[in-house]
Amino acid sequence: MSSAKKFDILRTLLSVLIALGISFVLIFMLSEQPVEAIKNLLLGPLSSKRNMGNVIESMIPLIFTGTGVCIMFSANQINLSGEGAFQIGGLAASCVAIYFTADLLSPAAALLCAGLAGAVFSVIPAILKIATTASEMVSSLMINYLALYFGIYMLNNVIADPKASAASYELCEASELPVLLDGTRVHLGLIIALLVAVLGYFFLYRTKMGYELRLTGENGAFAKYSGVNIVKVVVVSQLLGGFISGLGGGVEMLSPIYSRFNWTSLTGYGWDAIIISTLAKNNPLYTPFAALFLAYLRTGASIMARRTDVTLEIVQITQGIIIILVVAEQFLSKYRHRLIAKEAKAALKEEEVA
Amino acid sequence: MDNQILLQMNHIMKIYGNGVVANEDVSLELRRGEIHALLGENGAGKSTLMKVLFGIEAPDQGEILLKGSPVTIKSPQSAISMGIGMVHQHFMLVPSLTVAENIILGVAPKKGLFIDMGKAVSAAENIAKEYNFDIDVNQRVEEIPVGVKQKVEILKALYRGAEILILDEPTAVLTPQETDELFVQLIKLKEKGHTIIFISHKLDEIKKICDRATIMRNGRSMGTYNVADITTQEMSRLMVGREVSLTFDKKEQRLTEDVLLRVRNLTVHNSQGVLKVDNLSFDLKGGEILGIAGVEGNGQTELIDTLTGLNKRYQGEIDVKGQSIAPMSIADIRGKKLAHIPEDRMASGCARNLSIQENLFSNQYKSPEYSGRQLLKTKAIERRSDELIREFKIKCSSRKQSVGMLSGGNIQKVIVAREFSTAPDIIIANQPTRGIDVGAASFIRQRLLEFRDAGCAVILVSADLTEIFSLSDRLAVMYKGKFAGFFTDVGSVTEDELGQHMLGIKRAEVLEGVVYE
Repeated sequence: MSSAKKFDILRTLLSVLIALGISFVLIFMLSEQPVEAIKNLLLGPLSSKRNMGNVIESMIPLIFTGTGVCIMFSANQINLSGEGAFQIGGLAASCVAIYFTADLLSPAAALLCAGLAGAVFSVIPAILKIATTASEMVSSLMINYLALYFGIYMLNNVIADPKASAASYELCEASELPVLLDGTRVHLGLIIALLVAVLGYFFLYRTKMGYELRLTGENGAFAKYSGVNIVKVVVVSQLLGGFISGLGGGVEMLSPIYSRFNWTSLTGYGWDAIIISTLAKNNPLYTPFAALFLAYLRTGASIMARRTDVTLEIVQITQGIIIILVVAEQFLSKYRHRLIAKEAKAALKEEEVA
Repeated sequence: MDNQILLQMNHIMKIYGNGVVANEDVSLELRRGEIHALLGENGAGKSTLMKVLFGIEAPDQGEILLKGSPVTIKSPQSAISMGIGMVHQHFMLVPSLTVAENIILGVAPKKGLFIDMGKAVSAAENIAKEYNFDIDVNQRVEEIPVGVKQKVEILKALYRGAEILILDEPTAVLTPQETDELFVQLIKLKEKGHTIIFISHKLDEIKKICDRATIMRNGRSMGTYNVADITTQEMSRLMVGREVSLTFDKKEQRLTEDVLLRVRNLTVHNSQGVLKVDNLSFDLKGGEILGIAGVEGNGQTELIDTLTGLNKRYQGEIDVKGQSIAPMSIADIRGKKLAHIPEDRMASGCARNLSIQENLFSNQYKSPEYSGRQLLKTKAIERRSDELIREFKIKCSSRKQSVGMLSGGNIQKVIVAREFSTAPDIIIANQPTRGIDVGAASFIRQRLLEFRDAGCAVILVSADLTEIFSLSDRLAVMYKGKFAGFFTDVGSVTEDELGQHMLGIKRAEVLEGVVYE
């Protein structure tokens, strides 16, 4: 491994440690029972099978949206509509799952529709960009609200169950994804998510289209000069990113966690996806690890909040610090330079000897 | 005390962030009032050493002594305050501002909160007069020619009180006439007591105006010599480490029957609507190299962009192998076996964060050899990458290394390997050897000649007149979007004559031999 790569890993780990350290300081300042709080934060997720199950269960949506963002960001399409695509995906899946009750076919159809709905949704910014050169970052950010309020409209006017409050009719039983581990809510979605991450990697690094995406993402002028169809890349990357996020929304909706559609605010998984893709350096293969980390931290935080006097927000601060440090290219750059200089000097000596 | 030592740089080492050791152990000693040449081939570390002196890069080892006392130069600001000024190869001027505004930028005379423009203009005029620079300081920089821009850069440095003036390859962008004029100015500056560091790899220029020369090779200094006491052969040997012949044995020309590239009445405006290519017509057959010389910015870039399909907005006709390129995409044009070595290798020639392998296949990943319907044939691509790395002598740790970690010459080799590996029929090479070491450059030139001999049609745009002279079969000079001169007998053209056409002093009315009809 080159020293530059080693350094990248080291820096990410160090960012995590520094962020945790700062959180500990805050906990010591704010809490009456700091040691207890920190113990719960770090070890709480391992304390029971149910808690471990919680970690894995909350990884699932993160892997989906994280992979979606990895693909779009790899093509340098800064599309932030993952949030809305997830919402629309959940809505589409529930609409199918309410009315279509065939065994096996129902979840398959629901998930397919969820993915398609997400794809159609996320490609809107791409089309606006091609037709009018509108920045996909701005337009994708704004249309998330379109997804939210469209969902609320559907919930209140089309699929509302008069017997329930602010919830849709019940999803059919056939559509529910089976639980994999007894005593937890870890469901089939985990397998689908891992498959999506691996396929995402395969797509980006082993297919022609994936290569075109990465060329465009790394240097658009170079891709154009090489003869890559940029318009196609812009559309396909965002279609695919939206499909995966939408699929994630569908999987989440069909999981044992929900029996009715009741999302009246954005879930936040689209934003989390940016943390995931940052930690995973836009490589889908690493999204499960990044998702595991984030899910573990959050599960620990909620256990800490339940059992002690420290609130959940402390973990949000930790997340923020990690992201800033990972993204900050100049962080530790002096150390990096020393590392590289040392290696170069060693190489010089070797040459002299040879 | 007229040989008093003004500046010493001792045992400077500089390693860049990508691990390239640009300066391994360099020492430089400057005497007051001399013109000191810093001589070395591209990639020897001349510019890096000067960046260290000007505070742009921090050295990893070594010390700098100014008038005998050690100094740390943290930034260009501190370099300027110590009386060191630098004229970069690529000018650092604001085109939309006037000459006077550029000169006083950042150190402007103030009246309250505002810039005192009256004072600024007179200050600029004074300094121009003091140094005998004939410049209208009220002109906008975008309207003045390159040679004058350079004078503005020099004045800018002098206005800031530069005693030591660093000139980074000042003649690279100049015509022979402008170069002569520059030399007169430099000698005047020297007489006024300024000390000049003159970076170049052109030996005859150094012989002409420099007092002493420090020669660099591979990031080391090979010693300092009195220019009068050393022959150009010796300098060249110290610089390159071996004899390099600049002449190539060109084989007898064998032209193909067909015209491979046909251009008629081509007119191109840039995105601001300025006319850049003006009603140009020419033909190109297989087996010949058409050299295009000219001062940068006379439409060469726009011409090449249009021929290669990067620019689609033009009037006139362009036919590649008898077919109009108007409806073709860039991929279609490349499919006609047209290869393109772009002018700016980092901007459009490669993706610096991708591996060598990924950079080698951007123009051919779709070919059935390297991919199926959807998937890339990784094994075949890896095998071919290793072959190309060997064949083109790309110095790297493996095919997986990022291109951005390579030296300029090796990056250019990656690009050339990619473009040449598709067995092209037409090669459009725009500045193919700019800023790369002599070895890599002569390798690329040799390849261009081999393709010519094999029946390939080559367009060579270059600012290096020696390169143009030694490779071209026919030679065009571009001036303001037109061919101001066209020569079918390249051997009979003198450099001086070429310069006059480049400056637009001489303009050919009839272009003989530009089309085959």
